[in-house]
Amino acid sequence: MRTLYPFHGGIHPASNKAQSNHKPIAQAALPSRLVIPLHQHVGNSAKPVVEIGQCVLKGQIIGAPEGHVSSAVHAPTSGVIAAIDMQPVAHPSGIPDLCITLIPDGNDEWIAREPCDDWKALAHTDLRHRLRAAGVVGLGGAAFPSDMKLYAHKHKIKTLVLNGAECEPYITCDDLLMRERAAEILQGAEIMCALLYAEEVLIGIEDNKPEAIAAMRAAVLDGKYERMEVVAVPTIYPGGGAKQLIRVLTGIEVAAGVRSTNLGVQCFNVGTAYSTWRAIRHGEPLISRIVTVTGNVGQPQNFEALLGTPVNELVAQAEQLPDTRGYIMGGPMMGIRLPSAQVGVIKATNCLIAMSDSLFPPALPALPCIRCTRCVDVCPAELQPQELFWFAQSKNLLKAQEYHLFDCIECGACSYVCPSNIPLVEYYRFAKSEIWAQETSKKAADAARERHEYREQRIEREKQEKAEKLAAKEKAALDAKAQKSASPPPTPLPPAGEGASVSDAPVDADPEDTMHLKIQAAIDHAKQQAAGSKPGNTEQLTPQQQAEIAEIDARRTRIRELALSSVNEHTKE
Amino acid sequence: MLSALLVMAAIAIALGAVLGFAAIKFHVEGNPLVEKIDAVLPQTQCGQCGFPGCKPYATAIAEGVADINLCPPGGEEGIHKLADLLGVDFKPFGGDTTPKPKAVAFIDENNCIGCTLCIQACPVDAIVGAAKQMHTIIAAECTGCELCVAPCPVDCIDMVKIAENISNWKWKYPVYALTPSK
Repeated sequence: MRTLYPFHGGIHPASNKAQSNHKPIAQAALPSRLVIPLHQHVGNSAKPVVEIGQCVLKGQIIGAPEGHVSSAVHAPTSGVIAAIDMQPVAHPSGIPDLCITLIPDGNDEWIAREPCDDWKALAHTDLRHRLRAAGVVGLGGAAFPSDMKLYAHKHKIKTLVLNGAECEPYITCDDLLMRERAAEILQGAEIMCALLYAEEVLIGIEDNKPEAIAAMRAAVLDGKYERMEVVAVPTIYPGGGAKQLIRVLTGIEVAAGVRSTNLGVQCFNVGTAYSTWRAIRHGEPLISRIVTVTGNVGQPQNFEALLGTPVNELVAQAEQLPDTRGYIMGGPMMGIRLPSAQVGVIKATNCLIAMSDSLFPPALPALPCIRCTRCVDVCPAELQPQELFWFAQSKNLLKAQEYHLFDCIECGACSYVCPSNIPLVEYYRFAKSEIWAQETSKKAADAARERHEYREQRIEREKQEKAEKLAAKEKAALDAKAQKSASPPPTPLPPAGEGASVSDAPVDADPEDTMHLKIQAAIDHAKQQAAGSKPGNTEQLTPQQQAEIAEIDARRTRIRELALSSVNEHTKE
Repeated sequence: MLSALLVMAAIAIALGAVLGFAAIKFHVEGNPLVEKIDAVLPQTQCGQCGFPGCKPYATAIAEGVADINLCPPGGEEGIHKLADLLGVDFKPFGGDTTPKPKAVAFIDENNCIGCTLCIQACPVDAIVGAAKQMHTIIAAECTGCELCVAPCPVDCIDMVKIAENISNWKWKYPVYALTPSK
């Protein structure tokens, strides 16, 4: 029997899992349209690689990964691309984002896949490349590109933790996946284990899922996986948090600012392991996932839904009840309110809860904090939530950071126990995003300062270079003059009337005189050039144009005479 | 009496020598306060404070010549930071100086004649172009200082407000309606 290490705090909210976990996973009906966001994962948005009106096949890439941290997006079924535009997405802001709308043709025709019978024969880089191309991301909720996590270069990974804890109320998608597809999960875990060179695989499942534990244990025995162990962990929220589960299974405490990989542990959701297997063995990209549809519905159930399925169409299949007033994506503790019923299912959608006033009564008005510190007792990150609340409320962001705001996993245990009904997590989220925004603007300011200073330097340098060039030129001219006067030129002086040249100037002439001569030389040069150039377009002129030109010339001569006479008068005076 | 005077004088000379040595040895080039103030300023280099850039403004503040409430791009938050740094009271913006929402310059490329005047005006080299060639703004580097708008002879530069999107969206400060107790 493995020793388990409890973590600090935690709560026991009503699990509400029994509603949806007694029925097998159902295949969701093909929706009328699919709205597929291009930003379903951590990192850069995928770049659309299809055109409006284009026919695509199931599994065809429609969004290519862009940059280092990114993931591909695929067509979940065959059909026609109807639009590539901004649509509401599953994001708490409600701000639209770039989505591809696909109208299914009903044939569900696959593109040519590249299955692999013996993945062990493939190079590790090839495996990672296949995962990236298949768009496999963490399905536990964070949606971090999995290929990025399957590296073991810097640190020796001893333990691979498979997260099947599923601690949030209402959600049963991992439970059902483990019950029905245990063997494939373990095969995926085998690939992950190989990529990480891990010594052991610990599969943590909360003990309120005995069927899943039994199924996984049977699969481990069937597959003769010697390095894998299914561990029943106590049911306590948030026992499914990566840090918490690692702590429970291995006793390793992942400190602030440290990654679990530094301590030899990597953690994946069981759904991710399943998708990894499908991607490598069958060449199937991530185009569908198991979604729990529960809450205010007649038939709460798990569906295997295509990504992009509009939420309202999916919930309708579970017989949505009429008094539904909104949807939560995720669980009631950490989930987000969806801004619209038309948003598409994304890779991170593990659960959809239809809300009604009886299930989710409106929040009671928040009362002042009475410093009871119940939040401290339940905080799994061992923070001081009441202090953090104080600092976030007064926008004292520096102090909030000092109290390790960024160790908060936003599990909501503090808000759950707060007798004053203070929405604590909302304050923490506010403070976190303020700090991020400040850091971004600080970075921008530093970059701007650098560019400005560089520009100033450049201007200064250019000025200096110009001055040096000028000085060198003048010096050269003076030197030339000095040489000429020291040894008189063998060539005779230019005949009079051609205008004075600079070389005529005596060396000991005062600078003003030299300047005068220089100007005179420049004027002569310009005159010579003017004489050399002829006005263009003088041929093939109509008599009328010639008359006009003559008139203008006459006027010019008159003006010149006038100007000369006035100058003469001035000089006389 | 005399010996006491001599002892005191000797001590004074010795301490003076130590101080003099320290002043040379630990001499700090420039005013370190200027750097600190400059770090707080938003570096738009816009000159709205009346000084030709953020560094000159920082210098003026450090010398006590300028007030701390002259930087609209820094916003009230910036004034708070300066007040904290300098240990003075917060001062609201005076008169007609008000912070504007963040924006970036945008060149209407159909109307640009390629005169390079905006390139010369940009304090952070955020405009690409050459004489008689179309110019364009590197939006990521633009600080929104508006210095390029005035020199443009064909008025083809607009300031475009930065719209809220998924990546720059922030969680709002929680606000709840208070209901009177019955």
